[in-house]
Parts: sequence; structure tokens; C-alpha cells
Amino acid sequence: APLIPPTTNPEPKMNWASFYAVISGVNRHSTGIGRIWLSVLFIFRILVLVVAAESVWGDEKSGFTCNTQQPGCNSVCYDHFFPISHIRLWALQLILVSTPALLVAMHVAHRRHVDKRIYKLSGRTNPKDLEQIKTQKMKITGALWWTYVISLLFRIIFEVTFMYVFYMIYPGYKMIRLVKCDSYPCPNTVDCFVSRPTEKTVFTVFMLAVSGVCILLNIAEVVFLVGKACGKHLHNAGDSSIGAWIQQKLRFF
Amino acid sequence: MSWPALYAQLVRVNRHSTSLGKIWLSVLFIFQVMVLIVAAESVWGDEQSDFTCNTLQPGCENVCYDQFFPVSHIRLWSLQLVFVSTPTLLVSMYVAYRNRGDKRRLIQVSGFLGNKGQEEELETLKERKLLVTGALWWTYICSLVVRLLFEGGFMYALYVVYNGFQMPRLVQCNQWPCPNLVDYFISRPTEKAIFTVLLATASSICMVLNMAEVAYLIAKYLPLEHILGSESAARLVKSAILRRPNLALLSGLFRATVQSSDW
Repeated sequence: APLIPPTTNPEPKMNWASFYAVISGVNRHSTGIGRIWLSVLFIFRILVLVVAAESVWGDEKSGFTCNTQQPGCNSVCYDHFFPISHIRLWALQLILVSTPALLVAMHVAHRRHVDKRIYKLSGRTNPKDLEQIKTQKMKITGALWWTYVISLLFRIIFEVTFMYVFYMIYPGYKMIRLVKCDSYPCPNTVDCFVSRPTEKTVFTVFMLAVSGVCILLNIAEVVFLVGKACGKHLHNAGDSSIGAWIQQKLRFF
Repeated sequence: MSWPALYAQLVRVNRHSTSLGKIWLSVLFIFQVMVLIVAAESVWGDEQSDFTCNTLQPGCENVCYDQFFPVSHIRLWSLQLVFVSTPTLLVSMYVAYRNRGDKRRLIQVSGFLGNKGQEEELETLKERKLLVTGALWWTYICSLVVRLLFEGGFMYALYVVYNGFQMPRLVQCNQWPCPNLVDYFISRPTEKAIFTVLLATASSICMVLNMAEVAYLIAKYLPLEHILGSESAARLVKSAILRRPNLALLSGLFRATVQSSDW
């Protein structure tokens, strides 16, 4: 088989590895479900986007052929039917969906800073104690609980918004083989053919399914956190039967 | 463009900034640098190769492209990010200068401490976080103002060069050597307009954060007592900006003003 030289892309590519490193730093303070969400995000979304989707959409414009030789008709019809490419939408979605985790990271850093100050004021300036504060796992209670739940809600809102935007721009989530276009300067109505429509449909449906799974995981995490807080509250309030039952059910997570 | 190197440099300097400064750095990095790398550079990749024109006249395409795109959006944004990150270096230079002076003084004073004690002292000097007062406060405020000017200046430049944040589908050009008036079609105009608006919004958010940081620094460290003439007024203004309003102080001040104005 003939050797195919690797295509060198001169444009600098997004370094998703460093992005993952930043996001997984937050991982230590999340729940079990949060860690599953992060793995799903990385393996089924970022990796699939980088490895496969970007090569499928690579020739989206150069492979968009129109049945006319009128200069400019190609560009105009492409712009009319593809206002924003799937790849860009998915990349923006990944960036926005990962951002709330940084809220949690900032809150944890703030709490650590406050703890350090309290330690210093109370006279315990032993460097081993200060190191312990840095590596200690924060319990998700109090204000941190609220920050965490709010970040989860934002995540869900962003995911749903992007799925909706996708549906509005590309109705039915299916990629059509043929589009008919008559914007200036195309003479009359012109047939334009989309490149690799079936492959694009497969990837669109896959990314959508994974989005759905991520939404479900986030909802489950919200329910878990709320349930845990309720259980603790009821347990402390004295109504120990329901509280103990909830706590026992949630202990497996 | 090595964005990770720039980020590493900024984070190092950021230790001496306020919490608003740290939020600014995160917003800058996520919503400007990442959006620029991830999306904008692939959208603008074929801007010249796909600039189609309705003529076969050689040279017409080059001339018309040059007329309508004197500087590409991507280059303007990269320059903006580089310039906007530069004022932080002012602060780091001042901190290094202060540290050097303190180190020299420390070495002179603690000459009898011996090597180990001196090394520990030098380490704490390097690691300590300087309080934002005096000349450091002025340096910091200057750097924030310069940052604001750069950010605003670049956004204005983009607006002026491209007549707004919209990208037209069709431009008409009749520069020599184009015969008469020729139609030119820009590639992916809608996607470009979307990203221009996104990045302009991120810029505005950064500007608002910078302005808030200036207000916060002024409120916290300016000697308002001398300017406003009374300590209670100064405390009131500070509490209004930094914490929740102090209602007792507010009512006291109101009573004092009413009594003093002889109504």
C-alpha cells in the first residue's frame, strides 16, 4: 500500500491536554458522579472531537460543490446553510460547560486562604500544618455546597441551551445530501452538495447522545447532593428514621 | 504564538494582584485566548484563499483583498491580547525592584546570622505577598488604566477598520487592475460575525472587571478622610463600596448634615 504523507496543519491546534489538566485539578473536590462526568466528557467528547470529528469536518467548505460555475455562488450558499460549523459549536459547548468547575475551584482556593489565615492568627505556623491545608480534601458543606450546586445547574443550562441552538440551526440533527440555493449571485435555483453527510450525521447523533448522558449525570449529581443535605438536616433535626434511610441509600456513592 | 508560555508568565505575576485581578485573568484566558485558539483561527484560516471574485483579471483579487482587509481580525486580536497582558509586567518589575532592595538591606543587616538563617530569610522574602500600598498601589493603578486604554483602543480600531462588528457577504471593488466594478464574496461571513461579537463581548467583560478593580483599589487604599473632610464620611463611602452599607453610619451622617445646615 502506498505511504500517505501525514497532512501537516500549519494552524496551531487547541491544546485539549492542558485544558483537561486544568479541569481535572478540580476533580479532587467533586463527588463520585462528578468524576464519572469528567471521564465521560474527556473520553467521549473531547477525544472524539479531536480524533475523529475534526477530520470529518475538515473539508466542509472545500468539498461543498455547487452545480454552477458562477463565482461566489459556492461561498454564499455555504454561508447560507452553515452559519456556524458543528465543530465550533461543540468546541464552544465544551469550553462553556467546563467553566463552572472553575467557580468551584476558586471557592476552594478562597476557603483554603481563609483557613491558612486563621491558622496563622491562632499561632500555628508549623509548615507541616500549612501543607496539610493545601492537600486536604474539602467537604462539600455550607457555602461550598451552594457553589457546587449552582455550578451544576449552570452546566445543565449550558448543555441544554447548546442542544437547542443546534436544533434551531440544523433542524432534525440530520445532515442533508443536497441543498437548493438561490441567493445572489447564483442564477436561478442551484443544487449544492454537502460533503460526507452520512458520516456527519453519525457523529452529530453520537455527540448528542453523549450530551444527553452528561445532562443525566449532572441531574443525578444535583439530586444526590440535595438528598445528602436533606438527609443530614433531617438527621440533625431529630427525625432520625427518614434521615437515616436517605443517608444509608446515599452511602454507596 | 505560544499561549501557554504567556499564561505561565501571567500567572506568576498574578500572585500580587487582587482577587478581581485573578478573575480577570481567568476570564481573559477562557473567553478570549481559548475561543481564539479553538475556533477563530480555523474560521479565518481560508480568508484569503476563499476570497472569490467574479473576474479572471490577474492581480484584482490581491488588490481588493488588501483594500478590504488591511489587518486580519486574528492578528488584531492576538496583538490585543499581547498588549493587554503587558501592563502586568510593570507590576512584576516593580516587585522585583522592591525585593532586590530588601534583599540587599537584609544581607547587610543580618551578616552575623550565618548562612542557614540568611537563606531562610531570603526565601520568606521571595515568597511573601506584598501589601498594595504606596508606590506599588500607584504602579498597579497605572497598569490597570493602561490595560483599559489598550483594550478599548483595540476594540475601537476593529470597529473603525471593519465598519462595525458585522461581516458582509459581498463587497464591490473597482481598484486598478479590476475592470469596472467587480463583485467579491467573503468566505464564512456569518461565522466570522458571530465570533467577532463573541470576542467583543469578552473584551467588554474584561474592561468592566478592570474598571471594578480600579474602583475597589481606590476605595480600599485612598486616604478618603483628607479628601472628604470627615472620618465618618470616609468610613461610609468605604463600607458602601467594600461591604454592605452601614445603615447606622448612614443615619448618623444624615442627622449630622441636617443639623449642620440650619434648615
